[in-house]
Amino acid sequence: MSTWLPSAPRSALVARQQLYRHIREYFHARSVLEVETPLLSQAPVADPNIIPIQAGQRWLHTSPEYAMKRLLCAGYGDIYQICKVFREGEAGKRHNPEFTMLEWYRVGWTHRQLMDEVAELLQLLLAARFSELPCLHLTYAQALQQYAQLDVHHCSDDAIAQRGQQLANADLELDRDGWLDVIMSHQVEPALPHNALVFIDQFPASQAALAKLANNEQGVLIAQRFEVFFNGMELANGYQELTNAEQQLQRFQHELQGTERPHDAHLIAALEHGLPDCAGVALGLDRVLLHLLDAQNIAQVLSFDWQRA
Amino acid sequence: MANYSSNEFKPGLRVLVDNEPCIMIDIEFVKPGKGQAFSRVKLRSIRTQRVWERTFKSGESLESADIVDRDMEYLYSDDEFWYFMATDGSFEQLGASREALGDTIKWLKEQVVYIVTLYNDAVVSVSAPNFVELEVLETDPGLKGDTAQGGTKPATLTTGAVVRVPLFIIEGEKLKIDTRSGEYISRA
Repeated sequence: MSTWLPSAPRSALVARQQLYRHIREYFHARSVLEVETPLLSQAPVADPNIIPIQAGQRWLHTSPEYAMKRLLCAGYGDIYQICKVFREGEAGKRHNPEFTMLEWYRVGWTHRQLMDEVAELLQLLLAARFSELPCLHLTYAQALQQYAQLDVHHCSDDAIAQRGQQLANADLELDRDGWLDVIMSHQVEPALPHNALVFIDQFPASQAALAKLANNEQGVLIAQRFEVFFNGMELANGYQELTNAEQQLQRFQHELQGTERPHDAHLIAALEHGLPDCAGVALGLDRVLLHLLDAQNIAQVLSFDWQRA
Repeated sequence: MANYSSNEFKPGLRVLVDNEPCIMIDIEFVKPGKGQAFSRVKLRSIRTQRVWERTFKSGESLESADIVDRDMEYLYSDDEFWYFMATDGSFEQLGASREALGDTIKWLKEQVVYIVTLYNDAVVSVSAPNFVELEVLETDPGLKGDTAQGGTKPATLTTGAVVRVPLFIIEGEKLKIDTRSGEYISRA
């Protein structure tokens, strides 16, 4: 096999062009502004499980989140971006360390409203292969109850660790959230219903990332965060965005503990100025293409995958 | 000994997992969006041939295992060891224990070439070629008129293996057997 050759057929590149056109038409019709933000920043995104790639004195962004939020703080209104993002070590059949993300923000919206828009857009983008795409809504607790028989908000750390160890066939020495990641990725995701857009929301408060916290109907503190799964694969992650600068700074300090990475002072300053109430979401476009083209490996939708880059 | 980090895991890699020499069959990188990254690895144990799954954290590493496959011809047995000779021109001979031989003993025949797997220079397993030709030692005489029904009967081969064969097969005939399924293919 010649490694100079592309990993995707020409038809996949045509499909990608159409996908981008549909997205741009969709947002143009709704007066959402397309923006570009820097790929190289002075501070990386603070996320304990996402490793940024350093380029000289700068960091390649792992998502355009911070810069886009600064635009929101500056009052630029609804915005979207299609861009490459970079994550160290994420390579596999469904991952490429350099991949394409669609990220957008809706000012004054709740994450529930945004979930409806995500569903509408995905139904449109996937229509060529899936004419009818029903939506299914589950809370994180319901998903774990239904597909792993675990009561996540009341289950002991030991019970969760025990299940995780069974699934991993090893003691990986993880904390509660780490074992929940094992259960989610090994047991729940593969069991989710197929040929439907599955929305999971109300994540544990400890997995809030940049989402606001709130009490749910049962009085349990949860993160106003959602993920979208399709045929057992995660496609998107969205938040009711955290607007409180002080809480944001605390999360930064917690997440960057023990690393040499700086936190993004620009974002904190912008939040101090004021982030309007908003909801935002990031959608992996290579995976949308994967489903659209019924491909088994992300390489089949990339002109040159990681091995050939 | 070299170490392989999880981002170097790939099918065919020979590693030590809990001191067991294994070959990686398949690797799946999994990562819940905001969660931890894992490698789910399907492994085959060299000693037992057992296929099993194990998850590793991203960044975990495994020691490489000195596992070598050699083409070797079966020579003879002294009932303690089964001796094989290298076909690479070295004429080197190695003995495999009964344990290392495993189920392959059912398909063992002189002058046939097997894959002998060595771990730290000791024979740990022997794999048969996909097809072997073996003679029928014992089987009931076929019942006439039943051949059209495609019925089968058990036949014991010279190696002691018992396979289902068509009713027309008689003692002393040579048969072609698929060693993966243990099924009769045809007369040899």
